[in-house]
Amino acid sequence: MTSQELWSLALGRLDVDALDFLKAFYAPSENDDILSGAAWVVILGAVTVVALLTIFRAWRPLFRDWLTSVDHKKIGVMYIVLAMVMLVRGVLEGVVMRAQQADGLTGGFLSANHFGQLFSTHGTIMVLFMAMPFLTGLINIVVPLQIGARDVSFPMLNSVSLGFTTAGAALIMISLVIGEFSTGGWTAYPPYTGRVFQPGVGPDYWLWAVILSGVGSTLTGINFVVTIYKERAPGMGFMQMPMFTWTALCTAIMMIFAMPAVTVSSAMLVLDRYLGFHFFTNDLGGNMMNYANIFWLFGHPEVYILVLPAFGVYSEVASTFSGKRLYGYGSLVAATMVIALLSFTVWLHHFFTMGQSADVNAAFGIATMLIGVPTGVKIYDWMATLFRGRIRFTVPVIYLLAFMMLFVLGGLTGILLANPAVDFQVHNTLFLVAHFHNMLIPGVLFGLFAGYTYWFPKIFGFRLNEVWGRIAAFNWIAGFMLAFFPLYVVGAMGMTRRTMAYAEPAFQIWFHIAGVGAALLTAGLASLCVQLWVSIRNREQTRDIGGDPWDGRTLEWATPSPVPEYNFAVIPRVHSREAFASAKAAGAGYPEPASYADIDLPGPTWTGLVMAIFGTTLGFGLIWYMWWLAALSFAVIAVTLIGRAIRGDRHPRVIPAAEVAAEHRAWLARIRALPAAPRTQERSPANRGMAAPEYRDLRP
Amino acid sequence: MSDPAPQSNDDGYRRGLRGYLSGFLIAALLTAVPFWAVATGRLSAVATIAVIAGCGIVQFGVHLRYFLHVDLSPGKRDELHLILFSLLLLIIMVAGTIWIMVNLNLRMLVMPGGDM
Amino acid sequence: MSDIAQTGFSFDATPTMHNDDPGKAISGFWLFMMSDLIIFSLFFATYATMLTPMSIAGGPGPKDILELRSAAFETGALLTSTFTFGLASLAIAHGRGRAQAMGWLLVTLALGLVFLGLEGREFARLLDIGAVPQRSGYLSALWGLVPLHGLHVTAGVIWLTILLVQMGTQGVTGRVRAGAARLALFWHFLDLIWIGIFSVVYLGGLA
Repeated sequence: MTSQELWSLALGRLDVDALDFLKAFYAPSENDDILSGAAWVVILGAVTVVALLTIFRAWRPLFRDWLTSVDHKKIGVMYIVLAMVMLVRGVLEGVVMRAQQADGLTGGFLSANHFGQLFSTHGTIMVLFMAMPFLTGLINIVVPLQIGARDVSFPMLNSVSLGFTTAGAALIMISLVIGEFSTGGWTAYPPYTGRVFQPGVGPDYWLWAVILSGVGSTLTGINFVVTIYKERAPGMGFMQMPMFTWTALCTAIMMIFAMPAVTVSSAMLVLDRYLGFHFFTNDLGGNMMNYANIFWLFGHPEVYILVLPAFGVYSEVASTFSGKRLYGYGSLVAATMVIALLSFTVWLHHFFTMGQSADVNAAFGIATMLIGVPTGVKIYDWMATLFRGRIRFTVPVIYLLAFMMLFVLGGLTGILLANPAVDFQVHNTLFLVAHFHNMLIPGVLFGLFAGYTYWFPKIFGFRLNEVWGRIAAFNWIAGFMLAFFPLYVVGAMGMTRRTMAYAEPAFQIWFHIAGVGAALLTAGLASLCVQLWVSIRNREQTRDIGGDPWDGRTLEWATPSPVPEYNFAVIPRVHSREAFASAKAAGAGYPEPASYADIDLPGPTWTGLVMAIFGTTLGFGLIWYMWWLAALSFAVIAVTLIGRAIRGDRHPRVIPAAEVAAEHRAWLARIRALPAAPRTQERSPANRGMAAPEYRDLRP
Repeated sequence: MSDPAPQSNDDGYRRGLRGYLSGFLIAALLTAVPFWAVATGRLSAVATIAVIAGCGIVQFGVHLRYFLHVDLSPGKRDELHLILFSLLLLIIMVAGTIWIMVNLNLRMLVMPGGDM
Repeated sequence: MSDIAQTGFSFDATPTMHNDDPGKAISGFWLFMMSDLIIFSLFFATYATMLTPMSIAGGPGPKDILELRSAAFETGALLTSTFTFGLASLAIAHGRGRAQAMGWLLVTLALGLVFLGLEGREFARLLDIGAVPQRSGYLSALWGLVPLHGLHVTAGVIWLTILLVQMGTQGVTGRVRAGAARLALFWHFLDLIWIGIFSVVYLGGLA
């Protein structure tokens, strides 16, 4: 065996040319400098994190308290940290693309291949590795608290889901340093992503990242459906569930039924690429149109998977910050279910122009327009909730108001696009890009930010800085409008999407405006970071001692902040919707339990961490044809899972009743000593997390 | 399915046995009929397809009832709802896929001399 | 207490302990199976759309390569195995002793292996006559769908082996019983999928 053969056995198709971070040295050009620079940012970022962990001796606590934890709140926080890291990369990629197009009349500064990678990673990251982990994190943190549960039904599985999602995200980050990413967009349509046109590693990075995170999301969906079905506190019927939990339930169901479609389309594409199958090839009877079909069977429900939890956040925010019961609860529940079901019937509107007959297009166009109806119902319900409410102009409310106006605009352009005849005119133009950013940024991202601000004190025990929150919100809102409204114009003028340069001078001014918007969005991102820093520094001024900083209405606010590991000292019995608000109105917001019981908690486990590490190496081995690495990683994953299944939880813990009682009584004593803050002082240091009774909606 | 207290209950055991046995026999019959139809080719093509489809669908129900123990009793309501919901989505996805793909296929046929 | 209890929430005098409902795992497993059902159904749908002359692409079609005989034997093995697994579940549920339960599970395992053997032989024959997945879109769809079911059966066989080892060493504990209940669902589910495969692929293809 020659050394070359040994080399390729060990490293597959990996060679020194794949190392992006070296390109700046031997092939200096503007484009390669950016490529290498990005790779160096990832490398230096990783090195900095490792160094900081070592300096602060944080490795042991990191493993003990976080990475091996199965506490749903910690898993939720880890999801959101992952989402934030990916958000930074996704936004910066968007900004580079805006800069390229602002300069696009003269050709810009990127190579076409690099631009293609940018829009592919940007889309993939923002949908699957930013929005999905972010909302999964919020669901993880909030749902068990809202339904009065100790934890999710399958805590270990929860950590496994996080592991697989992280592995997918890690592959995308690695693609920045080693090799290249797909240039096929976030939808990765073959035959362009087939092995004839892209024989390199790019589409393989996309495929394995998507498959790994898809497995994670499916398991998350299963976990949360069972949790919401089986773990609700006694007395909490389905129609007593908080609205966010309802949307989480519908999202979880949709994950179970929509993720399989992307698993199938990706698996088929893997077979095409790795084994020469002909599912989607040009030749020998492949049918690439079926890829678009199967992909969007996932892709369309996916956008509702993203937006429904955001709707849930807006519902909670609207009712809490106007001090009113949520208006039209029943209609909101019904609308959520109708949206969830209808979202499975409209997938063809993503490929109206593919060639099917007008009858088929008309059927799906009508179904698409129907979705506007329940969504409209929701908007009216939120407006009615705010109407004559005691509205406080907090950061989540700012996001809510921006959402209500901007989302309706985006929805209107959606109704335009739902008409096949109109869609033919603007299909694949920047009009479409403007439309879905108009839905996803105000709809999803602002909702996630609102939820982040709203529930932050519950987990960390202090509120986020209000001033920097407003600065961030202003930048995000104004930046969004400046960056994407011009795209409607150039899209309607005929500028196609995913195009790096153009020859029409009339486009240029609009791209310059969009570039200003992109700068504001960068400022928004920076403001979020500053906000976090300032909030941590000034945490004593915003300390949430009582656990109820916003005069909350649902059960999560009836717990201390930060929430103890076991959530509730005693599982409550629920008697009404918005249970905490009713209890406070009756002067019984903080009842003392008559007796306490021992609490069983699941023990920490390495399983999730093993999935994250070996999921990453499994994907990496498959991408680079290092078969030994892939086989080894698969074996480790299988043995770990089987071993865990056989042996079960070997370190379950029991927290004695006396300890729970002592902690809970100490908290109750702290609460009684707290000065209650009226809503006028909600944003001042006087708010210590104990809400003064004020005007309340007392109707039964 | 999950029995908390295992106990030797001859009556219950016999009832269970009868259930599995009838399920097995009905399923075997429903399998044999379409195999027979295809093997002998006695029926017309349309009738054969109808027999295959009919027996397959009935057998699906038989397996659910006798092996997976999903029936109309209140204790199985959640499973039944889940299966019905899954079948609804399955039909939407499969029927939609076939409808779209067949339609595309028809429109792509290059007819000699035609202008399709 | 009672007037307060009617608004918001309250605490019971004797608090509930941890929710250890064994039905949770069964429910979760049902959801997993339904997710899996969607995966299979999309492979079925793809198979159906690949039955056109365009996708057969001049290669062999179903009538040229499929055999009724081997399909009938495979069906017989799998259907009988689902029945014998039922007998094992029955023996576990009614405490008929470890020997009886393990006996039926061993029969099930044997039948599962027979099924896999027959299927493996059929795949070898297909490769032998040149009906490889690289030949056409139709054959890709066939090789996507049927081996996917075979992989599931393989996973089931491995799981069954582990369960038998557990049963042999630990006896019929609560853990083992819960595992057997889930595996029973999985096994019956795979037979359910097989109904689709023999009806659509074999009988439909040869009719």
